[in-house]
Amino acid sequence: MTETSPAILRVRDLRKNYRSGETTLEVLRGVDFDLAAGEFVSIVGQSGSGKSTLLHLMGLLDAADAGSIELDGTRIDGLSSARRDRLRNTCVGMVFQSYHLLPELDALENVLAPLMVRYGVLEWLRVRHQARDTARALLDRFGLGSRLRHKPRQLSGGEMQRVAIARALVTRPRVLLADEPTGNLDEATGAGILETLCELNHADGLSIVLVTHDAAVARRADRIVRLAAGRVDDAPQALDQSAHAGQAARRKAG
Amino acid sequence: MYKLLLCWRYLRTRWIALASIVSVTLGVATMIVVNAVMAGFSYEMQTRIHGILSDLVFESHSLSGFQDPQWHMDEIKRAAGDDIVGMTPTVAVPAMLNFQVRGQWITRQIMLIGIDETTHAKVSDFGRYLQHPGNRGQLSFALRDGGYDTIDSQSDTKAVTRPALEGAGWPHRRMRVERERVWREKLEADRRAGGAADPAATDPAASGPSRSVDQQVDAVLAATTTDASPVAAEAAADPAAPPATADPFRQARPEEGTKMDPAREQFTGIVPGLGLASFRDNAGTDRFLVLPGDDVKITFPTSGTPPKAVSDTFTVVDFYESKMSEYDSNFVFVPIAALQRMRGMIDPQSGLASVNSIQIKLREGADLDRVRDTLRKVFPADLYAVSTWRDKQGPLLAAVDMEMSVLNILLFLIIAVAGFGILAIFFMIVVEKTRDIGILKSLGASAGGIGGIFLGYGLFLGIVGAGAGLALGLSIAWNINTIRAGVEWCTGERVFDPSIYYFYRIPSIVHPFTVLWIIVGAVGIAVGSSVLPALRAARLHPVEALRHD
Repeated sequence: MTETSPAILRVRDLRKNYRSGETTLEVLRGVDFDLAAGEFVSIVGQSGSGKSTLLHLMGLLDAADAGSIELDGTRIDGLSSARRDRLRNTCVGMVFQSYHLLPELDALENVLAPLMVRYGVLEWLRVRHQARDTARALLDRFGLGSRLRHKPRQLSGGEMQRVAIARALVTRPRVLLADEPTGNLDEATGAGILETLCELNHADGLSIVLVTHDAAVARRADRIVRLAAGRVDDAPQALDQSAHAGQAARRKAG
Repeated sequence: MYKLLLCWRYLRTRWIALASIVSVTLGVATMIVVNAVMAGFSYEMQTRIHGILSDLVFESHSLSGFQDPQWHMDEIKRAAGDDIVGMTPTVAVPAMLNFQVRGQWITRQIMLIGIDETTHAKVSDFGRYLQHPGNRGQLSFALRDGGYDTIDSQSDTKAVTRPALEGAGWPHRRMRVERERVWREKLEADRRAGGAADPAATDPAASGPSRSVDQQVDAVLAATTTDASPVAAEAAADPAAPPATADPFRQARPEEGTKMDPAREQFTGIVPGLGLASFRDNAGTDRFLVLPGDDVKITFPTSGTPPKAVSDTFTVVDFYESKMSEYDSNFVFVPIAALQRMRGMIDPQSGLASVNSIQIKLREGADLDRVRDTLRKVFPADLYAVSTWRDKQGPLLAAVDMEMSVLNILLFLIIAVAGFGILAIFFMIVVEKTRDIGILKSLGASAGGIGGIFLGYGLFLGIVGAGAGLALGLSIAWNINTIRAGVEWCTGERVFDPSIYYFYRIPSIVHPFTVLWIIVGAVGIAVGSSVLPALRAARLHPVEALRHD
C-alpha cells in the first residue's frame, strides 16, 4: 500500500447486503480498499466473495448500505442519482466480461456512446467532430481503425473487448474498472487485452482496478487484493507472493 | 443525443413494433375516411335542406294563414333591420296529386306549395334544382318548348340518365293531344261501324277539357263568404252579372264555358318533385310516369272552416329535384296567386291575400338564432312560429351529428386497442433491451434519459403510424369514387346505389381540423401507451439490468 501517492479511490468499511424475502445475504462486510493514482490493482476472490459488488459500488452502479467511498478525496456515496449519473459518465470507465456493447450501434458509435449520453443534441452537433476524432484515434490505437463501421456481431471477442475499452477511455476517466475483462476470451486474446491494459497503465498512468478469479491474470497487476467472504483477506498467500514476485520480475525487466 | 440515435435505430431494426402500429395506421385511415364521408353526407344534406328552406321561416299555425303578407314583411324588415336581404310569401297545404298512367289513376299524397316565382328563387336555392336551364335562371310556370336536361345537371356525370325528357314540353303535349285525337277518331269509327250509339262518346267533355274548376272555386268562395260579404254573395250568385270592381277574380278567370285547345294552351303550371312521378331503374336511368306537358289533377282543401276539398287540373311544366327524397317525393310547387285564388284566400272586400308563411333570407354571416329570437319577441308566439332552417330539420341534423360522434368514439377505440398492442410490445422490447439499458446506465445515462428513449420511440412510432394512416386515409378520401368503381368492377356488386341516396358519387369532405385532431389523438395514444414501459425501463436497477441475459 503506497501511502505517499494520493489515493484516487478510498473505500472504508463498505457494507452491502442483498435482501431476498426473509433472508439477507451479506455480500460486503466492511471492506477497506485504496487505489493510488496510476496504480494497477487486481481484486481476486472466489465467486460470491463480493468482488464484483465492490466494483459496482466503486463504479456508482449501486448504493452501499454503510461505509464510505471517496473519489479524489470527495465522498461519492449517498449522492443524488443525477450526480451519480454525471460522475459515472465523467470519472469512471467500466469494462465488463461480456463486453456489453450496444448491438444496434457500430464500433465507432459504441465508443461515442458515453459522449452522446453526456451531451444534448445541440451540444453534440457542436462537439461531434472533435469527439469522432478522439474515438477514431482510440480505435486506431487498439488496431480497429479499419473496423469503425462494423456492428458488434461482426467483431470477434477480442475486438469487441477492445471497443469496450476504447468506450471506457473516451471520456478520459480518473479510473478504469474492469470486471473479468478476459473471462470470455481464449488465452491468447485475453493476454492481448491484458497487455493493452498494462500498456495503458504504464504509458498513460491510468489507474486500473481489475476484478478476476484467474490468478495468472491477477499477477499482471501491481498489487493484488484478496476478497474472501465479504472482507479483504490480509493473510499472506502463496498467490500474493507469486504476484509480488511477478511484479518484481516485471519491474526488473522494465 | 443517444436517445434520438437509439430511437432511430430501434425504429429501423424492430419490425415487430412497426407491425404494432399497423393498427394505428388503419385506425387513423378509417377515421379520416369515415369522417370525410360523413362530413360529405352531412354537408350534402344540409345544402339540400337549406336549398329548400330559406334561412328563416315565419309561419302561421293555421292552414288558412294570415292576411296581408306585405304588412308582415314590412314589420319583419323593421324588426330585423339590415340582416334581411330577401323575403317571399308562400302558401303550403296538404293535397292529393292524381295522374293517369296507361289508363290507371295514381294518387299521391303531397304538400302543395304556392310560391311567388319572381322572388322565391332569391331566398333559397330552389331555382338550382329545376330541370330546365331557363327555369334555373328564372322560373316560369309557362310550359317550355323543349330543352329539358337529359343529363342530371347536379352530377358530374355526362351520361344521359333521363332520355325521356328529350321531347318534354310543348312537343310532348302536342304529340299526346294528337295521339288522343287519333285514338278518339278510331273509337268513333269503330262505333259507327258497329252502329251502337254510346251516349258517353257523344259527351262534349270527351272532345276536349273545359275550364270548369274555377266555377267550383267561385261557388265555394261564395258559400264561405256569404255571411261576411253580402255584396260578394250577390256577385257570386249571378255569374252572368258584369264584373264588379270589388271582385278581383273576374279578370283572372278565363272565359267560362269555352273549350280550350290543349295543343296550344295549358292549365296552371306546376312543378312537382322528381320523385313523385319517376323512378330509377337498375341501369340508373330515370323512368317518368308524367312528363312536362302532361296534365294532372290536384285535390286540395279550401281555406275556411270546415275546409272543403276541391280539385283542379294543372299542367306539369318542370321537375324539381333537391335529392332529398323527403322533399322530392312530397313537394309540388304552384304559382301562389293561383293557389290563393283557388283556395279562396283572397278577401273579396279588401282584396288582400292570405299566406301561410314568409320565407326570409338573411345576409351572409348573419346570426340566424339572434334574428329568430328578435322576431319571436315582436310577433306573438300563439299566432306565429319563427324558426331557422336548422330548427326545422333539427332532429335529422342532430341524428347525423350523433351518428358521427358515436362512430368517432367507436373508431377511436380501435386506436386505443392499438395502444394496448403497443404497450405489450414495448414491454417486450424493454425486457429484450434490459441489458442495453444497464449498459447505458453504466455509461451515465439518467433514468429520465432511458425513459425518454422509450417515450421518444413511442412518439416516433405514433408519428410514423399516424403519418402512414394520414396518407392512406387522405388518398382513400380523395379517390373514394374511383375506389368504389374499382370495387364494383371487381365484385360486380353495386357498393353505392345512387338511387337510394340520389347522389351520383360518394361525397367526401376532409376537414383539416378533424384530421389534426385524429392525428394528435393517435400520436397521443402511442405515446401514452409507451409511458408504462418507459417507466419500467427507467426504474431498472443498473446492476440487475447488466446481469440480465
